[in-house]
Amino acid sequence: MLLRVENLHVSVGDTPIIQGINLEIKRGEIHAVMGRNGAGKSTLANVVMGHPAYEVTSGSIYYKGQNIADMEVFERARAGMFLSFQYPAAIPGVQVGTFLRKSVASVRGDAPSPRAFRQELNEAMKQLDMDKSFLSRYVNDGFSGGEKKRLEILQMLLLQPDLALLDETDSGLDIDALRIVAEGINAVSQTTGCLIITHYQRLLDLVKPDVVHVLIDGKIVQSGGPELAIKLEEEGYDWVDALV
Amino acid sequence: MTQDAQDAVGDYKYGFHDPESATIRFDKGLSEQVVRDISKLKEEPEWMTELRVKAYHHFMQREMPTWGNCDSLAGIDFENVTYFLRSSDKTENDWEDVPDDIKRTFDRLGIPEAEQKWLGGVTAQYESEAVYHSIREDLEEQGVLFLDMDSGLKEHPEIVKKYFGSVIPHTDNKFSALNTAVWSGGSFIYVPKGVHVEMPVQAYFRINAKNMGQFERTLIIADEGSSIHYVEGCTAPTYSTDSLHSAVVELIAMEGAKIRYSTVQNWSANVYNLVTKRGVAYKNATVEWVDGNIGSKLTMKYPAVLLKGEGAHAEVISVAYAGEGQHQDAGAKVHHLAPNTTSSILSKSISKNGGRSSYRGMLQVTPKASGCRSKVVCDALMLDEDSRSDTYPTMEIGNPTADLEHEASVSKVSGDQLFYLMSRGHSEEEAMGMIVNGFFEPFTRELPMEYAVELNRLLELEMEGSIG
Repeated sequence: MLLRVENLHVSVGDTPIIQGINLEIKRGEIHAVMGRNGAGKSTLANVVMGHPAYEVTSGSIYYKGQNIADMEVFERARAGMFLSFQYPAAIPGVQVGTFLRKSVASVRGDAPSPRAFRQELNEAMKQLDMDKSFLSRYVNDGFSGGEKKRLEILQMLLLQPDLALLDETDSGLDIDALRIVAEGINAVSQTTGCLIITHYQRLLDLVKPDVVHVLIDGKIVQSGGPELAIKLEEEGYDWVDALV
Repeated sequence: MTQDAQDAVGDYKYGFHDPESATIRFDKGLSEQVVRDISKLKEEPEWMTELRVKAYHHFMQREMPTWGNCDSLAGIDFENVTYFLRSSDKTENDWEDVPDDIKRTFDRLGIPEAEQKWLGGVTAQYESEAVYHSIREDLEEQGVLFLDMDSGLKEHPEIVKKYFGSVIPHTDNKFSALNTAVWSGGSFIYVPKGVHVEMPVQAYFRINAKNMGQFERTLIIADEGSSIHYVEGCTAPTYSTDSLHSAVVELIAMEGAKIRYSTVQNWSANVYNLVTKRGVAYKNATVEWVDGNIGSKLTMKYPAVLLKGEGAHAEVISVAYAGEGQHQDAGAKVHHLAPNTTSSILSKSISKNGGRSSYRGMLQVTPKASGCRSKVVCDALMLDEDSRSDTYPTMEIGNPTADLEHEASVSKVSGDQLFYLMSRGHSEEEAMGMIVNGFFEPFTRELPMEYAVELNRLLELEMEGSIG
């Protein structure tokens, strides 16, 4: 099992956000988490990655069989976890090219040769239809929403994670960008476990989930196949409220 | 050590100075006699001797500055400074005395051992002597004069007499008076009309220990339509047993000329670094200061430009890094004295572990200087709650047509930035290093490559807390 979340409770300050989640993701599986704003979807992704603002009050997260409670954020990344941010932070003055090279070196544990890295980078950028001029811009600084999301997916392709947490990667994308991003996710999903947080069916038309979870008030109230997402799209969340 | 290097050291020690004066070191403390002795030893013309003596008396009666960090300044013990030291003495310092943390930093910056010893004040960097000479030969072919200041005075007294102290008179401030009284070393450069020195003239201070004085004096004159980029200093910590460094740098850019002066200095934490730097730009000339300050106990340094001719331009880009127990009081001064002059000031500072950085700026536009434009940006980044950053901007605007912009910001490293970088496999220290390097990037990109690489590496080491 790649990721096992057991009876997880999470608070921010004194406010409980996640109230008893159980979840298992295997390598090669795509799980979609849907739910209204404030249901705790982003919290789930962030707490798995180790965000210091979220406190695990009870329950456990196991990654590759190991309880990761004591692992620092960067250790989780080096162990193969990746979070595609809903709102990636800008790092002024740090060029995208430099940042990517350093990140790849950190996560892989040793730096690829400049030539090999350049080739890898070129291919990935071509796949995402990104212009080379990206590389000399500062990380997320002055980027449009779509550019930020593409950079997130570019990092995912380069870092080749075992577990990818994608937090509303589809929001703010036009239909072409959405297709490109979806192709990026499909490119890694054979060997990666994916947790996709989304509001919309339109990404799930392009990236076929194995399991769809519906999150309400910090709990998974229903899990099912892709048809669940379609039902939510058509009928909204009112019927799910009845399940709580 | 190779035999070649050994030979080079031998040559340096015995061939460079008068053998009989090679080990002269003055007692600590200052008097008119000490000043006269320095001048006599250097066999200077009488006018220089008298200028030194006049400056000495001015220094003695001049009050300490009443602004800046007065408490820290009060800690200077002028009686406990050695005001003159033949450079060959420095080769007799003991490598064992150089603090371990500085040696470690040298290692981690990847600086070769020979250069480490030179930086530690232990030896001249003999291996680069040949490099230095070849640079000089290239320049000489173009008619550029490039000498240490003592030689400049000997070989070109008429130029030196005309310009020495013309931009920064000894009466300018207490420390310019002190420097004028006891100066030794520094660079003298004259670029003839229309000559463009394509390569940055650099590495000089890394090469020639003779100029590594505490009271160096630099004079650069770019004649009409010429240009030069001078690079001084070194990002590795410069270990100095002497606690007072007080340099004077004068730049003169004639009509249509351009001078860029880039410095990165990293003094050991015991040093008072009190430097006066000022340039004059005549019609359509440009003076640019690129100035990086790391280390020292207290730095007070405000590179200045007098825009004297119509259409002249000033550019000051500076960074300061204040760590524990350090105060970087730095900034810039630009005086718009002629119409249609322009200036741009960018100042960036970082404070960490209780360090303090201050931006102190002066922007003046005189009544007759119409149509001037100026932009001032100062950004401070604080890395923790204990650190401090202040801004002291002064503007004297005498002409209503001036177009001025002033932006200031104080920021902290955000948790979002750290989390983002850490989620990409970077430890907290590495993440901090990236953010800090990014913050300084507008400065770093102006430096020659090897300096930029070293500066980035140094800041990363600072973030690891591995150096003191």
